[in-house]
Amino acid sequence: MGFLISDMLSRSPVAPLQEHIKTACKAAQLLPSLFEAANLNDWDKVASINSDIRKLENDADEMKLDIRSNLPKSLFMPVPRQDLLELVLVQDKVANLSKTISSVVMRRKMQIPGALFDAFIEFVKRSVDAAMKAKQSVNELDELYETGFRGAEVKVVEKLIAKLDKIETETDVMQASLQESLFVMEQDLPPVEVMFLYKLIDQVADVADMAERIGRRLELLLAK
Amino acid sequence: MDYQVTYIVLAGIFGAFMAWGIGANDVANAMATSVGSKAITIKQAIIIAAVFEFAGAVLAGGEVTSTIRKGIIDTSSIVDQPELLIFGMLSALLAAGIWLLIASKKGWPVSTTHSIVGAVVGFAAVGIGTEAIKWSKVGDIVLSWIITPMIAGILAFMIFQTVHHLILKQKNPLEKAKKYVPMYMFITAFILTLVTIKKGLKHVGLTVSDNEAYLYAAISGVVVSLIGAFFVSKIKVDKEKEKEFHFHTVEKVFGVLMVITASGLAFAHGSNDVANAVGPLAAIVATAKSGAVAAKAGVDAWVLLLGGIGIVIGLATYGVRVIRTVGQKITHLTPSRGFAAELAASSTIVVASGTGMPISTTQTLVGAVLGVGMARGISAIDLGVVRSIFASWVVTIPAGASLSIVFFFILKGIFG
Repeated sequence: MGFLISDMLSRSPVAPLQEHIKTACKAAQLLPSLFEAANLNDWDKVASINSDIRKLENDADEMKLDIRSNLPKSLFMPVPRQDLLELVLVQDKVANLSKTISSVVMRRKMQIPGALFDAFIEFVKRSVDAAMKAKQSVNELDELYETGFRGAEVKVVEKLIAKLDKIETETDVMQASLQESLFVMEQDLPPVEVMFLYKLIDQVADVADMAERIGRRLELLLAK
Repeated sequence: MDYQVTYIVLAGIFGAFMAWGIGANDVANAMATSVGSKAITIKQAIIIAAVFEFAGAVLAGGEVTSTIRKGIIDTSSIVDQPELLIFGMLSALLAAGIWLLIASKKGWPVSTTHSIVGAVVGFAAVGIGTEAIKWSKVGDIVLSWIITPMIAGILAFMIFQTVHHLILKQKNPLEKAKKYVPMYMFITAFILTLVTIKKGLKHVGLTVSDNEAYLYAAISGVVVSLIGAFFVSKIKVDKEKEKEFHFHTVEKVFGVLMVITASGLAFAHGSNDVANAVGPLAAIVATAKSGAVAAKAGVDAWVLLLGGIGIVIGLATYGVRVIRTVGQKITHLTPSRGFAAELAASSTIVVASGTGMPISTTQTLVGAVLGVGMARGISAIDLGVVRSIFASWVVTIPAGASLSIVFFFILKGIFG
């Protein structure tokens, strides 16, 4: 009397984790349209996209804190708490990077040189693809919990992560080729502008990097 | 015996009050998951729980009732003072009932079994003398409170491992589930029927030979699994839900299985916990009617019946609310896990009840859920809550004992 089994079952961390990466990816997904608007000189739109990204990043932050505070030491879980905490941390980086990129574009009124634009947008989209693949892998977490992180479901996730790695490698190649193209045009552009362009390319590549690290984190969960 | 009728009426009221409390709350543990997984509606859950709690109390509740009635204290020293036993058992009932009420109001997870055993020991120690307590029996009971959760935990762990290997980790879990779930249904029905026949039926006056018992158990297993298989075959794949969570339909198949294990748990609960309310009641009735402390007296059928009815009323009046709240809250204990916990717990409880051990059903179920958790089955268990549950019985025994001592002296002052 006075006790119910449901009191003993703590909230599963899966749904909040999935909600978190969904929000982080939404922020990253706005990046292509941000660059397009900037190159069309539509600064109102850039500002509005930037504020959307800021809001999403803020939401993701709150979710991150919520997840952390709901994983107390007294929880008994099939996966180590530390791994989950680090997973949410890397997920959060996707949102953080998106915010950093969009603020720089807005504040410095940055435009991508016309000759680079198509390749650059392609590169941004591919990085976002990596983030989306990471989200898809995290979405398999409830299935992984269901199967106790073993069996046929593990193969499904491993395949997703392999795909994610492949996309990340593609963005690496794109990053290198963009840097080469930019190097050729360096002389004709304002030096400060060039500096920030290099930085922008690196940050976009970082989005894909973070996505790949989400995959690594998931692999760690599978390995135990 | 001046107040014979008064004693019986008082005992009836106190016993029914306690049974009501047991039904109102405990049963939700068994039924909530089935409701939460939408395998059954709340109305169906209430009906199923009522039928099986009642059946458990009447068919298999006799042994535990006897233990509480006469297994804990040695009544030979008070043969000429039957009133002492009546006062004692009345105060034990009242003490346990009130302690449970306080605990429920405060939200403390206490056990009905612990409170009644503590209360009986309490009044016996001061009313009769510590030498009248069969300490070895009390020791056995306390030991069973540690052992049964462990056994249930190990069983649940193993049952969930089989589910995992046979179904969840396979490439086509749905096909496998449809194939193996009826087998689990057979096992559940077989075990529960077998134990009931072998341990319980003698209280209803039926004797069945061993071979017959196995035969009947097998028949009931086949019937149950056929009915189950029929409902399983009617489950349709929901493409939308399946996209979100690939195991949606698999869990629905387990949902049908859960209805059966939940019934089993209700039965097991009825067989053990009803006795907590009914045991002292039976002792009072037997003593008041004969006017002497009888060494050997059967448990009146109406006494078990009253306990059963009390539970069902508790369930119908208050249990609905609890099941509704918990049923909506539970999403973490999916049917594939819940059934493993329930099958393990109910088998352990029914076997223990058959031997007359008043065990704590709550702690057995907690042990079983932990067992599934150990098998990496449950995403998160709050160990803080588990600790408080296990700590609560340490508090409950002295609380039940001291309350019953107080009531014992009050009753003795009024009637004695």
